[in-house]
Amino acid sequence: MSEDKKNNRRDFIFTASYALGAVGVGAVAWPLIDQMNPDASVKALASTEVDISGVERGQSITVLWRGKPVFIRRRTDEEITKAKEVDLNELKHPEKDEDRAKDPEWLVMLGVCTHLGCVPLGDKGEYGGWFCPCHGSHYDTSGRIRKGPAPTNMEVPKYEFVNSNTIKIG
Amino acid sequence: MSDHEYTPKSKLGKWFNDRLPLLTLSNHLQEYPTPKNLNYWWTFGGILTFCLIAQIVTGVILAMHYVASADLAFGSVEHIMRDVNYGWLMRYVHANGASMFFLAVYIHIFRALYYGSYKSPREVIWIIGMIIYFLMMATAFMGYVLPWGQMSFWGATVITNLFSAIPFVGESITNWLWGGYAVGNPTLTRFYSLHYLLPFLIFGLVILHIWALHIPGNNNPIGIEIKKPSKDTVPFHPYIVIKDLFALLIFLIVFAFFVFYSPNILGHADNYIEANPLVTPSHIVPEWYLLPFYAILRSIPDKLFGVIAMFAAIFVLVILPWLDTSKVRSAIFRPLYKQFYWFLVADVLILGYVGAMPAEGLYLLVARIATAYYFLHFLFILPVLGAKEKTLDVPLSLTEPVLGGLSNESIVKKKKEI
Amino acid sequence: MKIFFKHILFFTIFLIYGFSSFSAEQSYKLLEPGWSFKGFFGKFDRAQLQRGYQVYTEVCSACHSVKYLSYRNLSQQGGPEFSDQQAKIIASQFEVIDGPNSEGEMFTRPARLSDKFVGPYANEQAAIAANGGAYPPDMSVLVKARQGGADYIYSVLMGYEDPPSEIILDDGVHYNKYMPGNKIKMAKPLSAGAVSYVDGTESSEDQMAKDVVAFLAWAAEPHLEARHKIGFRAIIYLFIITVLVYFGMKKLWSRIESKV
Repeated sequence: MSEDKKNNRRDFIFTASYALGAVGVGAVAWPLIDQMNPDASVKALASTEVDISGVERGQSITVLWRGKPVFIRRRTDEEITKAKEVDLNELKHPEKDEDRAKDPEWLVMLGVCTHLGCVPLGDKGEYGGWFCPCHGSHYDTSGRIRKGPAPTNMEVPKYEFVNSNTIKIG
Repeated sequence: MSDHEYTPKSKLGKWFNDRLPLLTLSNHLQEYPTPKNLNYWWTFGGILTFCLIAQIVTGVILAMHYVASADLAFGSVEHIMRDVNYGWLMRYVHANGASMFFLAVYIHIFRALYYGSYKSPREVIWIIGMIIYFLMMATAFMGYVLPWGQMSFWGATVITNLFSAIPFVGESITNWLWGGYAVGNPTLTRFYSLHYLLPFLIFGLVILHIWALHIPGNNNPIGIEIKKPSKDTVPFHPYIVIKDLFALLIFLIVFAFFVFYSPNILGHADNYIEANPLVTPSHIVPEWYLLPFYAILRSIPDKLFGVIAMFAAIFVLVILPWLDTSKVRSAIFRPLYKQFYWFLVADVLILGYVGAMPAEGLYLLVARIATAYYFLHFLFILPVLGAKEKTLDVPLSLTEPVLGGLSNESIVKKKKEI
Repeated sequence: MKIFFKHILFFTIFLIYGFSSFSAEQSYKLLEPGWSFKGFFGKFDRAQLQRGYQVYTEVCSACHSVKYLSYRNLSQQGGPEFSDQQAKIIASQFEVIDGPNSEGEMFTRPARLSDKFVGPYANEQAAIAANGGAYPPDMSVLVKARQGGADYIYSVLMGYEDPPSEIILDDGVHYNKYMPGNKIKMAKPLSAGAVSYVDGTESSEDQMAKDVVAFLAWAAEPHLEARHKIGFRAIIYLFIITVLVYFGMKKLWSRIESKV
């Protein structure tokens, strides 16, 4: 066999080995990385169904969803009107109230201050909504940031009414 | 060992290497002159390094999900097997990896026994190796306790109870080990901590083991000193690297068959029963790789002397370089020693077998004979052989025929009879 | 040649070691009906797992828990593969204890997919008290917890017999051919027609035993099919790359003139 042919065969074997080897390394690496992703039992709790039949008007409940608090507030007419009256130009993070609460009576949002993650206190603050004691952020009756260092409104997660008594979050 | 001055090619390389000579080290490892006649029994060092790294990687990952609490441990292992992504794979690789680790270490040790790799000037390599082996057994023992199955619990009870055999302080030491008056939660949590720690000590010792090896260089199948480097050696990279890689791949195929098709065959069904301090399993057995020592332990009727015999069985290996007085290294040129070597292999396999059986009747008798023979081999046969054995003539070099007229072909033929 | 045979000898010894049963006692050779999930290409039979689940629920769950199974496992790949909807309905038929609520009280609610299987007893002591002093073991990993695995469980289910004349049994103790010691506190659980299968299969004793054992085998090893599949690919891959590396090695070493 000529030197060239021998070299080519040798190169092929090594190139093919390296290529296959890289595939093997990748195939081994993936489970090592994926095992840190949320496991099946965590993913099973990715959505929570909440019974809201006992919540009166003007009342709030807090539930845990994916390890975080979710405020569910059944708003009074006064709170709804106040929320809708706000001029969007005044808002740091302009959002219409109807975009945040599909059914205006029910406000569902993550009870996590968008500044640095503390849990704001309800029925407090200068805007009739929530007040975060950590660094003084004030939220209105739609959960929107009005005063203070928080950059955005409290996040509204994906949720839906399974029936009139049950909300499914996530 | 000669290290000509190595200069890194790049400026950055030179700057770094001047401050921490890692590139010099890397160059040394690549050029390290290795005898070119090494056979596949020499590939197990590399395989063992792979096993250690694999156990550490899978172990650290399992530690992210395992809970070391008597109430929750068994359930956390089931959580790993069922819910964690690829958790079943991590667990089965780790559990079977331990068995593969010991399979490799036994082959590695028996290679040393056959070819005299423990003899001068490699005694310290051998002793470090024995320490590594001992730490491996401690690690494996504690690791087996963690799933908190019946065998975990009762194996821990039996073995830790051994310490109560020590006169005067035995009971205090045992309670100290347990953190209580029986194996329980404190025992589990401390075993977890130590099980995580020991492999890193092993890793450090492996570095010392390889460093100590690189001083005289590798032994080789015919056991003669060869000049390094010379035409009798090859640079470690790429020749030995690729040979070690090939051997590792074969090893991985065997490993894969266990992990994917028979992941529980080397284990014990009773360890899938949650630990119950009120119910003792009918047969308490350790994992297969500890069985020969278990057999030796149980063959002595006295508790304390059983423990002493078990540790003596390891100690006798540690002092092997001074028990085997033969000037000839490799069993190839020691026809009598070769026979006794295979008797020892058979003896250890027999010990392993009876270690799994109840310690009564014929099994107990066989265990006792095999234990006695084990010590006879090291303490009597080896020194006597060293003095009396008529060894074959040893070649002068890998390629030169022996002084006295044996032709090349007959040496080659002899070497093939390994 | 001698070396080759020596290698074969030791490999055989290793295999015998690895595969021989390590128990000293074995009453009878177990029944081996054959299982779809055994072997390199073994898979579960979905319909069988669904029937097995039915047998478990209607016969065994009165006394035996499977506490490490979750209701969502019933619809996941590799198992009975009920639909998500069916699994949700199955779950909702069971009550779980939850709480404490805002009043500080524990309450019950229908089970969800994310819940673990509800067991028949509040705790082990209650189980023992209700069963004449014997604890009906949890069956999550029972198939792996018994020597002989699926064959053993099947044999015990089919192994109820009249005791030989010399054996006197206490009250509540039954004779079983395959139980070590031959005495078992569980009464024969299966009899023909005990369950009427949703899919119309004839519910003979043998059929129900096979189905429930297959279900338990899945409960113990829910990822068996994925394991076999990945294993097949891993081993094929290893063979290919081993061959490549072998030829690379030969090529490389051919540079060294004479290997002694």
